[in-house]
Order: sequence, then C-alpha cells, then structure tokens
Amino acid sequence: MDFGAGWVQYLFSGLTTGAIYALVAIGYNIIYNVTEVINFAQGEFVMLGGLMAVFFVGTLHFPIPAAFVCAVLTVSCVGLAMDRFVLSRARNKSVLSLIIITIAVSILLKGAAMFEWGKDPYTLPPFTQGEPITIFGAALQLQALWVLGIVALVVVLLSIFFHRSMYGKAMLACADNPRAARLSGIPVRQMVLLSFLLSAGIGAAAGAVITPISLMEYDRGALLGLKGFGAAALGGLGQFFGALAAGLFLGLAESFCAGYLSSGYKDAVALLLLLMVLFFKPEGLFGSREAAKLKRF
Amino acid sequence: MRSMRQGIGMAMMAAAFLGAVLPLTASPCMAADKEPYKIGAIFSVTGVGSFLGEPEKKTAEMIAADVNKNGGINGHPLELVLYDDESDTTKCNLNFKRLAKTDKVPVVIGPSRTGESLAVVGVAEDMEVPVITCASSYKIVTPIESRKWCFKVAGSESDVVGKIYDHMKSKGITKIGVMCDSTGFGASGKEELVKLAPEYGITIVADETFGPKDTDLTPQLTKIREAGPQAIVNWSIGPTQILAVKNWRSLKMDSIPMYQSHGFGNRKNLELAEGAAEGVLLALARVNVGPLLPDSQPQKPVIMAYKKAYEDLYNEPVSSFGGHAWDSMNLAIAALKAVGPDPAKIRDFVENTKGFVGQHGVFNFSPTDHGGLSKDDLEMVVVKNGDWALAQ
Repeated sequence: MDFGAGWVQYLFSGLTTGAIYALVAIGYNIIYNVTEVINFAQGEFVMLGGLMAVFFVGTLHFPIPAAFVCAVLTVSCVGLAMDRFVLSRARNKSVLSLIIITIAVSILLKGAAMFEWGKDPYTLPPFTQGEPITIFGAALQLQALWVLGIVALVVVLLSIFFHRSMYGKAMLACADNPRAARLSGIPVRQMVLLSFLLSAGIGAAAGAVITPISLMEYDRGALLGLKGFGAAALGGLGQFFGALAAGLFLGLAESFCAGYLSSGYKDAVALLLLLMVLFFKPEGLFGSREAAKLKRF
Repeated sequence: MRSMRQGIGMAMMAAAFLGAVLPLTASPCMAADKEPYKIGAIFSVTGVGSFLGEPEKKTAEMIAADVNKNGGINGHPLELVLYDDESDTTKCNLNFKRLAKTDKVPVVIGPSRTGESLAVVGVAEDMEVPVITCASSYKIVTPIESRKWCFKVAGSESDVVGKIYDHMKSKGITKIGVMCDSTGFGASGKEELVKLAPEYGITIVADETFGPKDTDLTPQLTKIREAGPQAIVNWSIGPTQILAVKNWRSLKMDSIPMYQSHGFGNRKNLELAEGAAEGVLLALARVNVGPLLPDSQPQKPVIMAYKKAYEDLYNEPVSSFGGHAWDSMNLAIAALKAVGPDPAKIRDFVENTKGFVGQHGVFNFSPTDHGGLSKDDLEMVVVKNGDWALAQ
C-alpha cells in the first residue's frame, strides 16, 4: 500500500469522528450561551437520538427520514422536559449546582436507556445503501457523507437562526446580558427552554446519523460527551465556529495519531491538546480573552 | 407499553434487592427421608456480569430441579443454595464465607467472573471447601501449590489463541496484524497472542489498540493494511468487534482473513454486522455450535440434550456461559454421587476426574491441571450465510 491511501483514509476517519464531536460541542455551546450552564447530559442526548432512531425504524418500521425526524423531535422534548421539570425548579441555585444537576440527569437518562433497551448495541441501516466510494485509494462510506452533510446543514441553519431570526437574536441577547435582555422585554425563561430544545435536538441528530457507522448502546454517551466538551473548550466555550473547527481538529488529531504514532495513545493526545490549550490559552483557540474574564466558568 | 416496561423494571429491581437479602433456593420440598445434599452457587446474576450470571443461574436451577425429579442423588434430594454476588468482589467473598460457614455446603460452583473468582480462591483454600469456578483466567488455578481447592471449567485464552494459530499454520499464514481493545479482555488477549506467536512461527507485523467505546476503527485497520499482514486478529468485546468487521469490509480488506476472539461467538453479533461478518473466523467451544457437530463427536449428545431442555424451559437460546454452569454443576453432582458430601473427598474426586464429557469439552483434570481443557476442545468456526459453519 502506498503512503497516499493511508493519509486520505486517516483524513476521512478524522473528519467523520470530528464532525460528531463538533455537533456535541455546538450543543454544549447553545445551552452555555444562554444559561452559563455546562450541560453534561449532552452526550446522553446523542445516545438517546441513536437509540430512538433505532426504535422508530426497528419497532415502528418508519422509513429512515421519518425516523430521523421523529428521533430528533422526541429527544428535543426530553431536553425540554429536562429544563422545565428539573433545572428550572432549581433556577435560583448557583450555576455550579445546576451543572451538578445535569450530571444527575445524565445518569438518570443512561439508566433509563439501559432499562428500556438493555445493554446490547443496536444498529441502523445506512441512510443510503451502496458500496463505499474509493477516493485516492481510500474508502469513504456513504454514511460519512451524511454525517458531514448534516453537520454542515446544522451549522448553516444555526448561523441563519442566530443572525437573521428574532428568536435567535433574542437568545444571543440573553447570552450577552440576561438582565438587560429581560428589561428590554425578552422572555428569558422561554429562551432557556428553547436552548435546551435546540441542543437536545442537535445531539439527537448526531446520534441518529452515526448509529449506522458506529452502532449505539446505552453507555456510549459519556465518552462522546467528554470529547464534545473537549472540543467546546478547545474552541472557546460559546463560540460556534470555534466548536466546529475544534471538533474537526480533535477528530483529525486522534485519527492521525492512531495512524502515525500509536493507536494506544489516541485518546491521550486529544486530552493532552485540551490541557495545553487550557494552560496557555484558557479562553480557547477562538475565544476572546476579555469575554472569558467576565464569565464565571 | 413503556409503563409496562417500567413496571417490569421496578419488579426486576425489587427482585434484585430480594436476591441480595435472601438465598434463592431452587429445590422443591421433597418428602424424602434422607438428608439433602447441598451445592453452593455464587453467580453474578445482577450488575455488569449479569449476562453471564443469568444463564448460569437458570442452568443450575434447571439441573437441580431435574435431579430432584429423578429421585435426587443416591436418594438424597439436592438443595441448591444460590447467592447473587451482584458482580461485586466483596459481596462474592462474603457470600462464599456464608456458604461455607452458615449453609455448610461441601462444594461451591461459580463465581461467574475472574475478578470475583480471584476474590474467593484464598478463602476456599483457608476453609478447605472445593470451588469450581466458571471464569477463565489461568490465575485461578495457578500456581497449583496454592490452588489445591480451586478448579475452573472455562477454557483458557491461551487455548483459544493456540487454536487460532494452529488454523493459521495450516493455511500457511505467518505474518499477522493484531488489534485489541484497551479493556482487560483485550489486554490479556494481546498478552497471549504475543507470547504464543513465536511458538507457532508467527510474526506480528502490526499491533494496534483502540478504546472500547471508539466509533471508528478505520485508522487502525489502515495502519495494519500498510504493514502487509496475511491475516488480522481482532480481540475485543462489545460493539467494537462489530465495528472492526464493518470497517474491514468497507475498506475492502476482505481479501485478508479476519480472526475474532471467542467473544464474537454470539449470534446477535452476526445480525448487527448485517452481512459484513461473512468469512470471519473464530475458535468457539462446541456448546455454541451443537447442531453442526458430526454425530461421532462425543459431546454432541450432551450438548443437544442441554440445548433442548434449556430452550424448552426458558424459551431463549443456550449460551456458552450457561454451559459453564452445566459443567460445574454436573461435576459437583458426579462428585456427590461418588463420594458423598465430604469436601476433601469431593476435591480429590474432581482432581482425578478424567474423560468427563461436558458442554465445553472433555475434561481431564489432574493434580497439576485444575482446568481440564485443552485447545482440542475448541472448534474453528467460520461465518457463512449469516450463520456459523465449521471451518476447514
């Protein structure tokens, strides 16, 4: 085998994995921007999205596009319920307490998924059937194109939403200054609900789209959540394009490390990168130092 | 639907709680005038090892009920005293002490897993109660001087590796790539693969690792491909073993044969791989492939009888794990039948058992070998048309 094929293969692998990290990171950022809470149940939304899609396809025999939409909607509702019935009841507590509550919710979701689906992994048929495409001697699964496509779509839609729509601008206003936002008539409570709805939905989309590639089982969420958090911190908490770039960067770093250094140290490299950034540029690669000073986390 | 499932969940939790508090005795009350013979059992019925403990418990209970229906052991009813260790080494250790001291059982079968087994071997030695575990680690029975009272019925990893290497040798394969997950299972598999390779004239040209929750193994496989091996061995448990097969297929590497560990020996994996597993090779205990065996195979009758009884009673397929409980339970019963409920005599009986035909092989114990199995007790299996077939 020539050197070129390996190189391209690592690139494909890194981009696919990185795209998922980026989606998880974007989910963290949406909630963080509006509430300053880091929602550690974000990884569980990914897991739930995958398993819900399996439920809709496998048990209810929905066609895949419908199952995808239904999974995203169901998990969005879970996110909504999480805020409405759990976090909003503790709204007056400190941000740190809220973060700890999200950890509790993640344990609860994981346990519930274990009861519902058991411990076995599940799979979904790929969104498009077909042989992998060969580019420069490297194989690219069609599902990987779906992953990249959905990430691109999410990023474009979110940019439009935040910069063009009233709701999006109102959410950004909450992020900038919740008190001023409330004074100018923005319903902050609703915006918080909306942020949970959005980020749960984005997590679910990530879960549903990778299940055909990597399978899904009840305890996969924690690691995806951790890597996604790494990407969010690396890119600067709250920065959408930072999250996207850092997610892809993290995926590529892991993949090339597995390819050219040692696959055993793959996870260590990702975390080492994160540590380096936190030591030398704690606001993240794309964050602003001044903004970071004003934040509590 | 969901509320019903939740109801079942609650019931299961309650049952698990009760299981921790009360011993689950399986023997029906028999109007027998003879003193009952007891067999103690510890399995990981709940917790992370429940996929092992559950079929083991069911198998042991089934056998106990069957023995009692047929008049017991030499006229003595059989009482199975079964505790759940909840996949927890401390609880396992306490349960063992309770079996030995309070229940006064002459022999214990189980525990299910290596960790729990290692937590009781010392106690078994001190209390002089024979224990026949269902776990596979060689550490349970070596060094033999300090494992006088310990036996195991699960095959060793070195046997699985030996069987695979034998098959490779017969195909003229000398250069292999190895990929293992970073769990204890993968690490100990790798240890054996590396240790035994020179003995069989095999060179490991690529050695890759991945995490048990990884979502993509194409980098590892690509790197292995670049090293140019004649075969690949994947040693992992859980979803990564399916991921390995899927990635192997999508990278069009299927011209390089793939061997999997015995962990792949679950029909569910074939479904999840969705046809990608065609041609994958693995070494399995015969209990997994009963119907495929030739009629001349001495194990075939016992395997088919167990399969039928278990599947009729519980309406679920037999697993190799239940087979371990079958082997340990029947060894204990054979010992009780021959020498009665005397721990020392049972120990001597098991140690000298030869040619015991079980689910996982024909056991030949000796004072230097408390495992009793060899690589000849495994069968090389290939995935063909979405099912197992015996490999040539």
